[in-house]
Amino acid sequence: MSEDKLIVAAGLGVRRGGRWLIHDIDLAVSAGEIVTIIGPNGGGKSTLVKALLGIVAIDAGTIRRAPNLKVGYVPQRLEINRVLPLSVARLMTATQKADRDAITAALGETGVAPLIDQPVQTLSGGEFQRVMLARALLRTPDILVLDEPVQGVDYAGEAALYELIAEIRTRLRVGVLMVSHDLHVVMRATDRVVCLNAHVCCTGAPQTVTRDAEYQRLFGSKAATAYAVYEHHHDHDHDVHGNVVVAAGHDHVHDHDHVHHHHHSTDGPADGR
Amino acid sequence: MVDDFVIRAWLAGIGVAMIAGPLGCFVVWRRMAYFGDTMAHSALLGVALGLVAGVDPGLGIIVTALAVALCLLAFRRAGRIADDTLLGILSHAALSLGLVAISLLSWVRLDLMGYLFGDILAVTPADLVWIYAGAAVVLALLAWIWRPLLALTIDEDLARAEGISVFRTQFIFMLLIAATIAIAMKIVGILLITSLLIIPAAAARRLARTPEQMALAAAIAGALACTLGLWGSLGFDTPSGPSVVLAAVVLFIASLLPRPRYGGG
Repeated sequence: MSEDKLIVAAGLGVRRGGRWLIHDIDLAVSAGEIVTIIGPNGGGKSTLVKALLGIVAIDAGTIRRAPNLKVGYVPQRLEINRVLPLSVARLMTATQKADRDAITAALGETGVAPLIDQPVQTLSGGEFQRVMLARALLRTPDILVLDEPVQGVDYAGEAALYELIAEIRTRLRVGVLMVSHDLHVVMRATDRVVCLNAHVCCTGAPQTVTRDAEYQRLFGSKAATAYAVYEHHHDHDHDVHGNVVVAAGHDHVHDHDHVHHHHHSTDGPADGR
Repeated sequence: MVDDFVIRAWLAGIGVAMIAGPLGCFVVWRRMAYFGDTMAHSALLGVALGLVAGVDPGLGIIVTALAVALCLLAFRRAGRIADDTLLGILSHAALSLGLVAISLLSWVRLDLMGYLFGDILAVTPADLVWIYAGAAVVLALLAWIWRPLLALTIDEDLARAEGISVFRTQFIFMLLIAATIAIAMKIVGILLITSLLIIPAAAARRLARTPEQMALAAAIAGALACTLGLWGSLGFDTPSGPSVVLAAVVLFIASLLPRPRYGGG
């Protein structure tokens, strides 16, 4: 994997107004890997992403990118001036050329192909996020950078989008760097979690991180639930029930994960569609 | 038969409208109306500096307006003063500096009113060549940076992340505005140039469904405003520059009137 590294940051720091927003960050994203940054609000998640993308100037450390790295970016917020007449199709070709078939196909991937000629200002929050994700995919990027990609998307759609991201990762072997505050869903579709609170509190596979004391201190009881859901969802072949009970300590969680279990075995793209 | 000077004035107006419309769309989309105004207000200083340096006033205007724009960007990046305050300070500082500088050049006699409000009826054949050559270059450059400029108008972070050279694009855009100011000064004067950029663009908004349509519609609206304004100016013996601006305002108001809608959205 190491020769496949797309972005490598070492000792990264961003300082504004005499305060380190983020510091001493070591982070790497490889091709075909999903890395998710989680952390409290104001913990510097977006700042880290912007620093890695070269949007924000860094004050310490180094960033190495693979040569000619093609980035597909879904920013956290995008406000488009109402005075700018802009259709979805035109937004899709903002930073690249593409013919209409390619645009339709990309929008189809995220389930919003019928919106192709809509003015972007008329889209709902969830529709807009899907269009933005389709736009990033249209670039056939080496790395997808998604800052809160499921904002405004309803719960069912959220799970579907994360599954789509995971599926794209496998099919196109892109690296995915994602920011999320949604512990439940995100843990399922992540290879590596980086827990950020100005510095990297802990990092590793989801099941490792959720056991980490720092992580549990930051996220409290939510952390335990996320852990339980994750363990059951992905490791249902293995007998990990004992672990779940230790981590979660509630029967309630036990019921909960069975729902996910069944859902997964019928709908999950990993089971083949 | 219409007099030659009227034909020249009309042709000059059309030439300016062709560049002011599309560029003005970006000024409107990027919320840069006061930014453009500030650059325009520095034009008088540019004329004075051009005279002192012994170069063409047009060149003086372009260099000065560009310098003011870069100052604005630098101050904005430092972020210590609110944008509108900063623009207000620089805009009036540049205008006052220009007026003072002109008054110090006691050996030249300048038609100050002509610079401030335009003198479209005094357009010479040489001016026409300069206007159309300049317009051709401006439009060619604008076409060249169209996609990146639109991308960073949609979102600057996004454009930067996806490999668009934001500074270069922004710099060329400001260069084009500076050139437009130099070209358009003769028509409406430096105090009213911004109106030629933003009013036709605003009038075009409701007629357009794509950025490109809006740019074209703005150019047409500008040409129409020039034609109507000039006609009104001759008919009612009113000052030509302000008449053109008022004609543009009339078009803008007309564009706001309710009209039957065809098809969706």
